[in-house]
Amino acid sequence: MEMAGTKSRLTWAVNLAVGFLVLLWIIPTFGLLVSSFRDRDAISTSGWWTALSASEQNVIVRADAPDNAVQNGSDWIITGNVFDTGDGTVTAFGITSREPEAFAPGEIATHAQGHEITVDQNGDYQITYREQPSGSRGQRLFVRAESPPGFTLDNYREVLFAEGMGKALLNTLTVTIPATIIPILVAAFAAYALAWMEMPGRALLIAGIVGLLVVPLQVAFIPLLKLHNNIGIGKGYLGIWLAHTGFGLPLAVFLLRNYMVGLPGEIIESARVDGASDFAIFRKIILPLSFPALASFAIFQFLWVWNDLLVAKVFLGTGEDQVVMTGRIVDLLGSRGGDWEILAASAFVSIAVPIAVFFSLQRYLVRGLLAGSVKGG
Amino acid sequence: MDQLLFAVSTIVVGVFGCVAYFYFSNIILDRMLPASGPNAGANINKANAIRPWLFVLPALLVLALYLVYPVFSTFFLSLRDTRGNFIGADNYVWLAGDDKFRESLGNNLLWLVIVPAASTFFGLISAGLTDRIKWGSVAQSLIFMPMAISFVGASVIWKFIYDYRGENQGEQIGLLNAVVESLGGDAQAWITVPFWNNLFLMVILIWIQTGFAMVILSAALKGISEETIEAAYLDGATPLQIFFKIKIPQIWGTIAVVWTTITVTVLKVFDIVFAMTNGQWGTQVLANLMYDWMFRGSPDFGRGSAIVMVIMLLVTPVMIWNISNAHKENR
Repeated sequence: MEMAGTKSRLTWAVNLAVGFLVLLWIIPTFGLLVSSFRDRDAISTSGWWTALSASEQNVIVRADAPDNAVQNGSDWIITGNVFDTGDGTVTAFGITSREPEAFAPGEIATHAQGHEITVDQNGDYQITYREQPSGSRGQRLFVRAESPPGFTLDNYREVLFAEGMGKALLNTLTVTIPATIIPILVAAFAAYALAWMEMPGRALLIAGIVGLLVVPLQVAFIPLLKLHNNIGIGKGYLGIWLAHTGFGLPLAVFLLRNYMVGLPGEIIESARVDGASDFAIFRKIILPLSFPALASFAIFQFLWVWNDLLVAKVFLGTGEDQVVMTGRIVDLLGSRGGDWEILAASAFVSIAVPIAVFFSLQRYLVRGLLAGSVKGG
Repeated sequence: MDQLLFAVSTIVVGVFGCVAYFYFSNIILDRMLPASGPNAGANINKANAIRPWLFVLPALLVLALYLVYPVFSTFFLSLRDTRGNFIGADNYVWLAGDDKFRESLGNNLLWLVIVPAASTFFGLISAGLTDRIKWGSVAQSLIFMPMAISFVGASVIWKFIYDYRGENQGEQIGLLNAVVESLGGDAQAWITVPFWNNLFLMVILIWIQTGFAMVILSAALKGISEETIEAAYLDGATPLQIFFKIKIPQIWGTIAVVWTTITVTVLKVFDIVFAMTNGQWGTQVLANLMYDWMFRGSPDFGRGSAIVMVIMLLVTPVMIWNISNAHKENR
């Protein structure tokens, strides 16, 4: 029994600890998500966590002028609502600054001058005078109100249509799609040869590719920029597609070769005996069987290219038609660091796609990571 | 829209080009060395010797041009001044005496120690804990998620945490300062406090890399044989003892792989520093310093290249270790 007791206590502790870790890990992203739906003033005056609960605030409103009172039977009344825009709930009201919360909604407050004032929960107020009042200054009403969390889609609208993030999204897509697809095919053929074809120096080539996996990309910037300028590509999409293809190839060849080596050799041998050419074996057997590895690499490369800032800054121009999302956000950070609503919505637009890819294809990503590091190490 | 059309047509041209190259080069090889006739045997042998090279050629060409050639080219550039004159090791001598370079190198070393250690530690803890509970896989994907977020996106996310409002600027809107104030402390402009700001930048990378460490270590933990654990359990070992004394020693190899992989990422860290501080307030790192020399008003490619060679040098031990490991495994 005691054993069981300790065990369940331990399970509780583990659950709590994991819960705490998970919270710690998702709160930052959650904060950005919440912020991206708040309006400018709200973001810069209060923390995003206050937006989740209804906020209570004290407001002072001036009722309609006594001159506008309307006769009703023997009384003159003024009616209106304390919330000009939006809605809220009145939790208390008052008619003097000394006692701003003296009355509950619905109660009748009697003013020193004799008129009666009441404010309902929904903000409707009514002031009743016994005789016709005059004057242009309305009665002051002190209201304590609870307003529901206010969220807006305006930030996204502005970011996508006015701030050029829509164009940047298009540019990012333009960079990412070819840079993801082109290396796969080139790498797949090479991986097949390195896995299943006899060739001298194969071990050396594999070692070379493993070595290239960790070469810092910075090495390539100056020489390649010069090269691109010399052969007339300059800065532009063609250059960045080639660069990403080159930078992605070591991982692609490495992942795919590791996977292909593990495929059953009997199938390949028996196909060879049947007279199938290497090209046919590759196309009909290897490629379909390697789908999981191809998917893993595609996801890696997609995430890497989509999220890249450095390669894009080096190989693309700075014009509107070439700036990618990450570059755009960094510009915003520098020039308009105070525009939180623009920043938050822009950042969320740029991370939404990778997160969607991540959650829907996580399986392949994990498999690729395992093949890429555990096996390789 | 034209631009997307351009991208799609590039894909089509690229993919068809590749397929056509492989297909036709194979056919040409078969025509030139037919597997029939008087020299059939010799032809088959020759064709078999050539064919693998047809398959690897495009990849090798691209790798040679985009990664191998630049390493050498950058090295030679690092021996030249802005006008292209050969100046020997002068750029390196200049580096050794430059304050910004020393600061960057020091910071990089600090990153190099702290980020892999902390990421591996948190990864190990979360792998060990999530393996024991029912909703473990959900917890794992939530901790893993920052891996999908760009460094730039992560920087914006953490700007909302570190934000600081001065005395008369109203309520704190940064989570960290709000928490500090609610605990009775004083709000700080975290990103500008020398030395400590480095740690706040590192937290961002640790937040991203922990998920990676966790996923790999969790798989390694699952691969441990049940027998050793059961034996320890029967001998009366507590769960903590089992974790630290039985499980961890069996996955040292994987821990080393995770550690070195994160090390390489750390050496190249650029985006976070560029987006958060651009190297101000004592947070400069090598990759950002190199970028600075490359793109400042009057760029100095020689000095930039020398900085890159330093990064390359720092990566080399990992490279050698990886190669020797891969070599052992292939045997």
